[in-house]
Amino acid sequence: MGGYTPVTDNEKREMLDKIGASGVSDLFCAIPEEVKIDSLNIPEGKSELEVLCDMERLAAKNKVFASVFRGAGAYHHFIPPLVRSIVAKEEFLTAYTPYQAEISQGLLQGIFEFQTMICELTGMDVSNASVYDGATATAEAVTMCRDKKRTKIILSAALHPMTVATVQTYCGDCEIVTAPVRDGKTDLTALRRLVGEDTACVCVQQPNFYGMIEDADAIGEAVHSAGAKFIMAVNPIAAAILTPPGDCGADIAVGEGQPLGMPLSFGGPYLGFMACTDAMMRKLPGRIVGETLDRNGKRAFVLTMQAREQHIRREKASSNICSNQALCALTASVYLSCMGASGLQKTAELCVSKAHYAAEQLCSVKGFTLKHTGEFFHEFVTVCPVDANILLHQLEERDILGGYRLSEREILWCVTEMNSKEQINALVAAVKEVCLSETDF
Amino acid sequence: MKLIFEKSTQGHACSLLPDSDVGSYRLPQQLLRPSAPRLPQLAEIEIARHFTALAEQVHGVNNGFYPLGSCTMKYNPKINEEVASFPGFTKIHPLQPEESAQGCLEAMYQAQQYLCEITGMDAISLQGAAGAHGEFAGWLLIKAYHHSRGDTGRKKIIVPDSAHGTNPASAAMAGFDVVNIPSDDKGCVDLERLREIAGADTAGLMLTNPNTVGIFDSNILKITEIIHDAGGLVYYDGANLNAVAGIVRPGDMGFDVIHLNLHKTFSTPHGGGGPGAGPVGCKDILTPFLPSPVVSEENGRYFFSDSTASIGRMKSFYGHFLVILRALTYIKVLGATGIRQASEHAVLNANYLKSCLEGVYDVAYQGFCMHEFVLTLERTKKETGVSALDIAKALLDYGMHPPTMYFPLIVHEALMFEPTETESKETLDEAAKILIDIYQLARENPQALHEMPQKTPVSRPDEVAAARNPRLRFNFHA
Repeated sequence: MGGYTPVTDNEKREMLDKIGASGVSDLFCAIPEEVKIDSLNIPEGKSELEVLCDMERLAAKNKVFASVFRGAGAYHHFIPPLVRSIVAKEEFLTAYTPYQAEISQGLLQGIFEFQTMICELTGMDVSNASVYDGATATAEAVTMCRDKKRTKIILSAALHPMTVATVQTYCGDCEIVTAPVRDGKTDLTALRRLVGEDTACVCVQQPNFYGMIEDADAIGEAVHSAGAKFIMAVNPIAAAILTPPGDCGADIAVGEGQPLGMPLSFGGPYLGFMACTDAMMRKLPGRIVGETLDRNGKRAFVLTMQAREQHIRREKASSNICSNQALCALTASVYLSCMGASGLQKTAELCVSKAHYAAEQLCSVKGFTLKHTGEFFHEFVTVCPVDANILLHQLEERDILGGYRLSEREILWCVTEMNSKEQINALVAAVKEVCLSETDF
Repeated sequence: MKLIFEKSTQGHACSLLPDSDVGSYRLPQQLLRPSAPRLPQLAEIEIARHFTALAEQVHGVNNGFYPLGSCTMKYNPKINEEVASFPGFTKIHPLQPEESAQGCLEAMYQAQQYLCEITGMDAISLQGAAGAHGEFAGWLLIKAYHHSRGDTGRKKIIVPDSAHGTNPASAAMAGFDVVNIPSDDKGCVDLERLREIAGADTAGLMLTNPNTVGIFDSNILKITEIIHDAGGLVYYDGANLNAVAGIVRPGDMGFDVIHLNLHKTFSTPHGGGGPGAGPVGCKDILTPFLPSPVVSEENGRYFFSDSTASIGRMKSFYGHFLVILRALTYIKVLGATGIRQASEHAVLNANYLKSCLEGVYDVAYQGFCMHEFVLTLERTKKETGVSALDIAKALLDYGMHPPTMYFPLIVHEALMFEPTETESKETLDEAAKILIDIYQLARENPQALHEMPQKTPVSRPDEVAAARNPRLRFNFHA
């Protein structure tokens, strides 16, 4: 049996004497006897050595693929080793939310720097200190736009399906309408018809779920001409090179920050980022760090604008969020510092170039075509001549995690800086081989 | 300290990426941003030093005592970090075939099973990303349950005035009207008032037990009965499980739903404000509504399952997997007896520290406390002008993290202490001595306290100015 309690029986006795209790059980006298339990029906504790072996056995039951061509919301990117070394620092790892500013300046300054970097990436005025992930960031953004007169929420059909599902959970009492997709992108003509005086907001993803680059400028214009708010969910790597949301007229920019230094980790923890215009600042949920001065006129950072928050406003708060993703925000800050603008843009350009090379090579396989015709970033959809399940399974046998299956004949591929030319060529060769053998029958 | 942007030098960079091996594809110019984001330009050593300097200005659990009430700042075992860094976990894509992620699924399944047993619930979803996120899911479960029975008139949620702010905020997010119920003079639920309020419009009651003043409400079985008799359900805020895990189970006390903060009771690190994890557990009557997906098992094979009646998705993918792994590791180390002993010792430590301070400071509620207790500085403030804030700020100069201030709201000038089980008697004795010294100083020289802290990297910041004139990002043009 293990534990982390530094106490001897003698010390326990001394403490009980001081308290004036004869035994520890006295301290629990307020609990009705009939509901107390004797013991839990779980195994007894083990030594750390045994538990490590146990957990290693579990990890060994998972398959780590030699090459990964799957994204669909979770992206395989290079993580500079410095990132792990810094976020493992005990002070960052174990501290609580920085309520006591005087002994939390490092955390607060780190978050302030994160907020600045997110503003720079998105071209927005104000960022918060993070939310849980990209999907909840979108749901919180939608909540920011709701008002009594404008009740309709329009979501592009090219949003990540999990984002749509999350918005549906958060805003179950709202009218949620889907703007259709045409050739892999939000259908602008249809959107113009849908958006009106009753519309609170329109949300699109850039690049969208199918990897396509949306005509965000035109969408922003259409949304604003109806007086609605424009929410853009952006990939932060793509944001290094694509027109930022601020320049597309977005009122709120959100996104999944996982590509900024967080490993795949079977889906979490990731990082939701949120930024908005000055005009919407007081509606922003979650923690926000601001700069001020201390009593000696020295620069200091504090949690600020807390009048929005649950611990002050309770049921009238702008959101219930308390803990967010502080350590993941720090991870993103360190990642972005290591990359700098040139490194981040190089990552984005490698993604684009490699994805286009892979798309071209895959489409050289007989029966393979690109489903959509527009510009894409690092994901694209192919129509395949064979059953997607069979193809993907065959790739897995060859140690390749292929794209994400969208339907019987459609696969969403993702290519990043992690995929070498050699890997892409090996993928294409394997695809060719499978297609040949499958179409033989 | 300078901001990282102020340390930037044009041309400094890290050497990280190769050149393209596949040629270059240029996107059309009109899709591209006109100028690059102004990220800092630094060499690796400059970045390392910057963040190391920042870390030196943070008080973590390993820097000293951290009795922040309601936050359970226990030691975070390093084995948890080791497990969460195994490539066999970190390199697994969330959309891999289930057959290739059996280890992840089995770990989640084990965590579900153990947490069900510890809470006395029938099923659990690990999707909640934090306590408040779990609370929100819990209220949606209760709403879905009532609606599934055609019982749509239940709009009210009863919340004690001692509750954490997220409780009413989460209930309001789920579309309920919040009814605050006053606490009695012992800090517990006023049964008479509860009987008056509970009725056909009651969707449920949310309760922390032990409550936020550190008292276990002995009337708990009556409380849950009153709500059930009125047709409502009872929600347990499991943020405060550190006094009762292994001793009494919320499920056995009549609670129908619970969320847990794995970053409190189950030793996962707080990360300076997350990521935590807030799984939601429930009784069978609510199981069909749990957020999807949950992990199921059949003949040794693990898989995700969805219920058609589910409230849906709370976020992308399946929850904070690496945080769940850490909690699972902790549970495996402690085991059945260890979990019980941790609770016992958390309660012993809190009562001991309280005893050491009693007679000098005023304790808000008499009698044994559970894992935390509340002092009130109301009298001291009247007599000396020294407030709870002053005491808290003075502690900073002694290398100790202050207790939670001004919470719960029902105690004036509150200081709430939660030492946790991982502190030694020696640490508690030292803390008590510091607190008593500070109290003497308050009597002799109150002005000295108003001017503390003096030894921290900054003195008290001007929070009013920060809120009035928000400066929320670095200004590159200044």
